[in-house]
Amino acid sequence: MIGLTHYLVVAAILFGMGVLGLIANRKNLIIMLMSIELILLAVNLNFVAFSAYLHDLVGQVFAMFVLTVAAGEAAIGLAILVIYFRGRGTIAVDDANRMKG
Amino acid sequence: MDWIASLQATLPELVLSVGALALMLVAAWGGQGSTRAVSWTAVAVLLGAGIALAGPASYAGVVFDGLYRADAFAAFSKVLIYVAAAVSIVIAPRFFARGDGDSLHPEYPVLILLSAAGMGMMVSAGDLLTLYVGLELQSLAAYVLASFMRRDQRSAEAGLKYFVLGALASGVLLYGISLVYGFSGTTLFTDIAKSYAHIIPGQHHFGLTFGLVFVFAGLAFKMSAVPFHMWTPDVYEGAPTPVTTFFASAPKVAAVALGVRVAIEAMGPAIGEWRQIVIFASLASIIFGAVAAIGQKNVKRLLAYSSINNVGFLLVGLAAGTQEGVSSVLIYLTIYVAMTLGGFLIVLQMRDADGNPVETIDSLSGMSETRPGLAAAMAVFMFSLAGIPPLLGFFAKLAVFQAAVSAGLYPLAVVGFVASVIGAYYYLRIVKVMYFDNPAPAFQRSNALVEYGLITLLALFISPVGWFALKPLGIATMAAAKALF
Repeated sequence: MIGLTHYLVVAAILFGMGVLGLIANRKNLIIMLMSIELILLAVNLNFVAFSAYLHDLVGQVFAMFVLTVAAGEAAIGLAILVIYFRGRGTIAVDDANRMKG
Repeated sequence: MDWIASLQATLPELVLSVGALALMLVAAWGGQGSTRAVSWTAVAVLLGAGIALAGPASYAGVVFDGLYRADAFAAFSKVLIYVAAAVSIVIAPRFFARGDGDSLHPEYPVLILLSAAGMGMMVSAGDLLTLYVGLELQSLAAYVLASFMRRDQRSAEAGLKYFVLGALASGVLLYGISLVYGFSGTTLFTDIAKSYAHIIPGQHHFGLTFGLVFVFAGLAFKMSAVPFHMWTPDVYEGAPTPVTTFFASAPKVAAVALGVRVAIEAMGPAIGEWRQIVIFASLASIIFGAVAAIGQKNVKRLLAYSSINNVGFLLVGLAAGTQEGVSSVLIYLTIYVAMTLGGFLIVLQMRDADGNPVETIDSLSGMSETRPGLAAAMAVFMFSLAGIPPLLGFFAKLAVFQAAVSAGLYPLAVVGFVASVIGAYYYLRIVKVMYFDNPAPAFQRSNALVEYGLITLLALFISPVGWFALKPLGIATMAAAKALF
C-alpha cells in the first residue's frame, strides 16, 4: 500500500535534487531553470498528497496557484536569460562574474 | 463580513492593480512618448492608494474569510511602501535620461505599481496562500526591474542572479508552507497558531518544526538576512540605481513586516523555536554586514552591506516577540527607509563631467569643497546609519535594543551593540573621505529640484528636527503593533 509517507519521501528527494541542481551546477543556466521547476513540482506533489490525505481541498487549490505562478516565473526567467545571452553570448554559470561575489 | 465590505477593505490593492493595468494599456498604445505622463499618473495612483488606506483598509480587520487582514499594522507598513515606491518612480527619469542607450520605458512605473500591489498583499496576508501570491507578485515584478537596462551587462546579470536565487527562496518557502499545511491541516494563520499551541512542550513535532524552519529560511532570503544574503551585493550593484533604491526600501519593509506577521500571528506559540533562528540571523547579519562592508570600493555595494547590517537590527526587535518589539521594528523601518532613500538619492547625484554615473567611494573625496550641501546631507545620513546620538538613527537602534532588553535578551542586546560599533567604521570612512581627502573631479551639477528637495526633506527628518516626529511615531507604531496581539 502506497501511503502518505511514500509521497513525502519522493517529494523530498525531488526537492533535494532541485536544490542540488541549483547549487552544484556550474555549467548551464537552462539547467538552473529546470531545477527551479523541479523544486516547484516537488512542492506540488507535497500539496496534492497532503490534500488527499487530509480530505481537504485547500491543498489542491494551492497546487493550482503554484502551477500558475511557476508558468509566469519560467516566462520571466527565460526572458531575462535571453537578454543576458544577447549581451554576453554565453549562458555558462561560471561566466556570470561581471561583479565580484 | 460580506463581499462588498471585503472589497472595501482591500481598496488600496484594488486602486493599485486597476491603476497599474490601465497604465499598462496607456503604455502599450502611447509608446515611448507616454513615459512622463505614465510616471506622474503612477505617483498619483500611489497617492490614491495611500488615501484609500484611511478608509476601512486600516480597521476592517479580518476579511475574505481570513485570507486578508486590513489592520493598523498593514496600513502602517503600506504607507512606508507607497512612499518608497513613489520616490523610486520620481527619481527614475533623470537617471535614465543621461544613460547611454537604455532610456526609461513607461513599463517602469507600471512594474513598480504591480510590485507595490504585491507588497500590500504580503503585509496584509492572513493566509499562506495570500502570502505566497503577494510575495510572487512582488518578486516577479522585481526580477524584471533589476534587469531593466537591457543593454547593460551588469544589469542583465543582476536580474539573472536575482531571479535564480529569488526563485530558490520561493521554492524553499513554498516547501515549508506545504509542510506547515500538511501537518496543521490548514493555511489560515489563526488556525496554524492553534496547531503550534497544541504541541506539547519538550516533545518534538517534526513536521511542524521543519516547516517553520523552511518558512523562516525563505523569508530570511527575501529580507536578505545572513546566511541567505549572498544575492544582495551583486543585485544592488548591478541594478539601475533607482531600482536599487526601490529594492533597498520598499520590498525590505514588506519582507520584514511579513516576517513579523508570520512569526507573531501564525507561529506565535512556537516562539521558542523561531526565536533561536531569528537571533542567529540577526547577529550574523549585524556582524557580517559590518565586517564585509569594510573593504568595499563601490558605494552601491557598500549600501547593500549596510542594508544587510540593518536587517540584523530589525530582527533584534522581532526576536523580542513582544508588542514593544514589533513597535520598535516599525520605528526602525520608518527611520531606515528615510536614511536609505536619502543615501541612494545622493548616489544618484554622483555623475562625472560627461553626465555618466560614477559609483566609486574614491570619487566622493573632497566633496565637502566641491558640493558642500550634498556632502553635509550625506554626512547626516551616514552618521545616522552609524547610530550617532543626535540623529534619528540612534533612536531607532535604541528602540530595538530596549525591546530586546525588556524581553530579557541581554546577550543579544550586548553583542548587537558592540557590533554596531564595528559598523560605524565604514560609515565614518565615507565622511572622512568627503571631508578630509583631496578633492576629486567635481560631480556634474544638475537642476534636479525635486531630488534636492527630497534630500533636504529626508535630511531634516533624520536630523534633530525629527525629534518632533518621534512621539507621534511611537504612538502610531504601538497602535499598529497592537493589531498583531
